Amino acid sequence: MAATDRGHGAPVTAQHESPGERSERPAVLRFAASGTTRYVVGRILKAFFTIYVVATATFFLLRLLPGNPVEVYINQQIAQYGMSYQDAANQAAGLFSFNPDEPLPVQYLNYLAGMARGDFGESLLSPGSSVLSQIGAYLPWTLFSVGTALVVSFLLGIGLGMAMAYRRGSVFDHVMTFFASVTHSVPNFLLAMMIIVFFGVQLELLPIGEMRGSYSPGVTPEFSIAFVTDVLYHASLPMFVYVLTTLGGWMLVMKSSTIETLGEDYVTVARARGLTDRRIQFQYVGRNAMLPLFTSFVLSLGFVVGGSILVEQVTQYQGIGFLLFEAVNRRDYPVLQGILLIVTTSVIVANLAADLLYSRIDPRVRITGNGGRS
Amino acid sequence: MTQILDPSATEFKAPPPPDEPRVGVFRTVLRALMRSRTGFVGFLVLLFIVLVCLIGPFFTPDNVPTDVSKQFAPPSLAHPLGFDNEGRDVLMQVINGGRPVLFVGFMAALISTVIAVVFGALAAYLGGRVDSLIVTVTDIVLTVPGIILLAVLAAFYRVGSSWALAVILGVLGWPGLLRAVRAQVFSLKEREYVEAARLLDLGTTRIVIREILPNMASFILMNFVIGMTNAIYNLAGLYLLGLAPMEGDNWGIMINFAWTRGAIFYQSSFFWIMGPVLAICILQLALVTMSRSFEEILNPRLRHN
Repeated sequence: MAATDRGHGAPVTAQHESPGERSERPAVLRFAASGTTRYVVGRILKAFFTIYVVATATFFLLRLLPGNPVEVYINQQIAQYGMSYQDAANQAAGLFSFNPDEPLPVQYLNYLAGMARGDFGESLLSPGSSVLSQIGAYLPWTLFSVGTALVVSFLLGIGLGMAMAYRRGSVFDHVMTFFASVTHSVPNFLLAMMIIVFFGVQLELLPIGEMRGSYSPGVTPEFSIAFVTDVLYHASLPMFVYVLTTLGGWMLVMKSSTIETLGEDYVTVARARGLTDRRIQFQYVGRNAMLPLFTSFVLSLGFVVGGSILVEQVTQYQGIGFLLFEAVNRRDYPVLQGILLIVTTSVIVANLAADLLYSRIDPRVRITGNGGRS
Repeated sequence: MTQILDPSATEFKAPPPPDEPRVGVFRTVLRALMRSRTGFVGFLVLLFIVLVCLIGPFFTPDNVPTDVSKQFAPPSLAHPLGFDNEGRDVLMQVINGGRPVLFVGFMAALISTVIAVVFGALAAYLGGRVDSLIVTVTDIVLTVPGIILLAVLAAFYRVGSSWALAVILGVLGWPGLLRAVRAQVFSLKEREYVEAARLLDLGTTRIVIREILPNMASFILMNFVIGMTNAIYNLAGLYLLGLAPMEGDNWGIMINFAWTRGAIFYQSSFFWIMGPVLAICILQLALVTMSRSFEEILNPRLRHN
């Protein structure tokens, strides 16, 4: 996936990869030789395996490579507060939820056991609050803002992309293609910056100071119209940025997918049968053209959590990206480790969902998968 | 109906015909760019940026002088982009600051392309265990969002130089390209001329290098360019977060400084921040336009007219 890690670039992925994507499915399926059940079980096992590998990699990254943060922390405590090594090590053990005196394999097992219980240790930044509760406080805002924006841009992109394909070569198509190319090549956080600098500072149209945070200071979080409007007001800038920077990608992929579908035999047959244009457009072309996009839509849901870090930093929206930045700045390793794991897990789960859904909505995958290619 | 049942049969659309066996990469590129007008414009813009960034620094001082009397000074005819918070000319910094960005973007894309092409081709060509091993590793690396992993890595280990940055970005950037390359080689290896080469017993390395890869030149190039845009995005992001080496003139550092040191409080500092921001945006736009024109070659149905 060439661009998925850019957060706003998920659609680009499908566009450049759609030729490979479908031919690749059967190969992925090969090890689940027969039956949908085996396929499903296989995919779920693979997802767990991936999570396990990432967790393990994080563990060793944190402890084995030179200049490991635990040692740094212990040395810092000794230097700053004149603690004995034992005291500092004990404190570090509490914070990083491991005991540095234990042999590495034991540490590793404890770490995995803690993870299985959902225990990621405690934050260095604010002692006493667990990593999980911190993530829980910031994550919902990201899920809400990026998730909504993603749905909006997906629906808009599908509609516009189809319209572009049907009016291929027209002024509308050219203008929209230009618009799409420009918006999806601009990095999302730079777009946010430009909006703030141009509309906020130069023209003074946007009250950027007021729009920071995920809701206004005086408002109590409750389910009321006032609160919801306030939340939308604060989320509007990041959401606008997400929609604008992802829209172009969906449009272009949908356009090329529609054009490809229009060339299929069954569309010609449908035309020959004298079906109405409307019916062909939606039931025959639209539905099939959407298939490859659907996978990348589910996939990009996984990147919802991670793709927002830079935009949230620029717009000062208090989501998971904001927390990540704080944690990076103050070297809050347990929180970093927790975020990395949560984000990766969400991507893996979305991947799993995409694979399972895809085999459901596109029966061809199952047929070729069961038939066994070469 | 078999076509519908087996989508892979219709997968690969237009491999450049193998009638000119020694078509160099350079000619493929030129042909690709000449064919689409927007792609050519993108190429010209990129050329302009590269030339300015390579030649420009010879005409500007290595260390742009500071002038305390000109802090946050607005643009003037002699200094079209104004001054920053230390009274340094912004335009000079923009000219000086492109080289490291281009360098890191190029090197990172090169590294990830090499990894992707070598292992992608191996996976597809050898198949079997090698294939599933490579695919599994790719899937795992693919699940970790790049910018987050980069941020975490950068928090643990200070990145010291542009080279280190390029290597890190390159090493993290290959999974997407690898999957694409693998899928392409899969469909190419079924072609008659590859089969013919196999029958002639020409050897795997030779077949892959001489028969398969040349026919993927524009495809690889397209992905190289996309890899470059990704690397530059991540690079700018790391600089914004302050996680890359903060020394020398560099668009990323300029954005970080402008953003955190007051450019958004002064209307006269508009171009201090917009200079580097627009530079990166225009560079990205040029690269994306070029990659799209390569794509049109691969998929002729996308072409207008």
